[in-house]
Amino acid sequence: MSEAQSSFRESRLDEIRREASQFGTVQQAGIRAAGSPLPKASPQTGYYQQHLLKEPQWTPLVPLYFFVGGASGSLGVIGSLADLIGENDDLARKARHMATAGSTISSVLLIADLGRPSRFLNMLRIFKPQSVMSVGSWVLSGFSAFAAASTLADILDTQIDGSPIATFLRTIGRTGCTVLGMPFHNYTGVLIGATAIPVWNNRVRSLPREFGMSGLQSAVSLLELSGETDSNALNAIGLVAAAFETWEGIELLRTRDRELAPTKQGLTGALIQTAGVLSGPLPIALRLASLFTSRRRRRLRQAAALSGIIGSLCLRYGWVAAGTVSARDWRIPLNIPEPDASTSFDRRAADSLTRRTP
Amino acid sequence: MSGATDHTGIQPGEVTSFLTDSTLCIGCKACEVACKEWNGISADGYDFTGWSYDNTAALGHSTWRHVKFVEGEITPGIGGNSAQQLSWEFSSDVCKHCEVAGCLEACPTGSLVRTEFGSVFLQPDICNGCSYCVISCPFGVVQKNEDDGRAFKCTFCTDRQKAGMMPACAKACPTESIKFGRLDELKVEAQVRLATLQSRGMTDAQIYDPTHTSVKGIHSMFIIRGEPETYNLPPRPEVPTIYLKDAWKSAAFEAVAMVGAVVASFFFLGRKG
Repeated sequence: MSEAQSSFRESRLDEIRREASQFGTVQQAGIRAAGSPLPKASPQTGYYQQHLLKEPQWTPLVPLYFFVGGASGSLGVIGSLADLIGENDDLARKARHMATAGSTISSVLLIADLGRPSRFLNMLRIFKPQSVMSVGSWVLSGFSAFAAASTLADILDTQIDGSPIATFLRTIGRTGCTVLGMPFHNYTGVLIGATAIPVWNNRVRSLPREFGMSGLQSAVSLLELSGETDSNALNAIGLVAAAFETWEGIELLRTRDRELAPTKQGLTGALIQTAGVLSGPLPIALRLASLFTSRRRRRLRQAAALSGIIGSLCLRYGWVAAGTVSARDWRIPLNIPEPDASTSFDRRAADSLTRRTP
Repeated sequence: MSGATDHTGIQPGEVTSFLTDSTLCIGCKACEVACKEWNGISADGYDFTGWSYDNTAALGHSTWRHVKFVEGEITPGIGGNSAQQLSWEFSSDVCKHCEVAGCLEACPTGSLVRTEFGSVFLQPDICNGCSYCVISCPFGVVQKNEDDGRAFKCTFCTDRQKAGMMPACAKACPTESIKFGRLDELKVEAQVRLATLQSRGMTDAQIYDPTHTSVKGIHSMFIIRGEPETYNLPPRPEVPTIYLKDAWKSAAFEAVAMVGAVVASFFFLGRKG
């Protein structure tokens, strides 16, 4: 502090004393107590540290929808291909029925989240390729119809032998489920990636992959928990998905962009890191272990499945919640660097401000 | 000054714009009041922010004009020339009505449309409250009203414009800080005003109109002093749809990988046991 400044501050003390004794209060302009939250707007502090982006306004049903939809789409693909390529008819039928149930639940969850649920059909009045939400609604609707068709074919098969209607429904149902199961199980990664929310936007290239593989793992896990713990094919798919998730997890940890802070800190960071372990290394270890024992195989497979499902749920809830935390980071959209160790006094004072009222 | 019967002379099909000049704003909030009254928007309560005299805080579903109260470093010429007073200026914020609008691209129902005046309009009778526009706006303008279930934002007073009247906020502005007119004319006017301000020594004055980003410019330009960050205006706003190609590419890659894994697994290991 220069001498001139310090003598100015000293004379201010006299001034304050004089004013206080005279009027009983200090009202002069320019009073700036150290640490007081006297706000300022500047290129360094933005507009009083108020975040300019709006927080996502989805209900907790949406991450659940991401989970159910991801699993359902993958189940549709497995259910359509498993008995066509392999010989596991029971497993394939089960997968198809679960896909049908899953797509129905998905629709209910999506509709329930709308501010005006009665207007769900407004989504279907247009098809808009540049709107992921529009594409997703059509994919969900189409997939639900095809999944229902293949389930209907399965029911008809048990009633009538060689019904041509069943053959027709089976063909279009399975083709549709395979084709639409592909976008349905991972479009939610595109949905959140292509937004203005920094943490999602930063991972726009990996979120579709990560959400897709997470859906595939949930599908395998749900089938295993429903009793299909003997299928080596399912175990192999589970291993592929878990290996993929492990790789994605390592990639995320290695990327040090500041936009990704919510995936590494706080509750959202804890959820996403937990998800990484539960859907990556842990199921890999359990699945590999299940190969070397016949006595405990069932238990190990069930444990891997449970881990995968909880991991997938943590992943969806963690990432959606991270979006809310990210939207509150006022610095990122303004391109203002994080404060360093030599944080100035004004910055600290400004940071201690309470958040704005909504 | 325009009277009630004055016609703007602007016909549907001509692109209109706001030009909000912070160097003329006196912070009276007439625009906020006029907007609320004309559009019948609900009140937001008597909340105190505690961080400045700005108690409106931000644009939102019930706030389509927001006067920012920008207190800054002591700067002679802004908010008086006193050496003790912080600088003190105002700027009325509003929906940017982007040339390429994130909210409009994202809307799955077609509720958000481009009007005959080039602005972005949200049709409340179509909106189903999916709130995808909320996270697609790089300016944080659109917001869902949780009580009502739909999203709302500035209409650019399309109803008034159709009748040849200027938007309510522009009409109520006592200092013509909010100018309304044809986009091309206002772009010229902004340059003229900028030259005037700079010739008067306000060398930090600038026009905020992000034409250099994927937003491709806005239909509510601003004249500000200093950097846009001070006004919570993003220096590089981007329309999220520019990331779609990368995102779908990633999705396609993963979908093929999934089908490959399923086919290979059942082909080689598909037998029971």
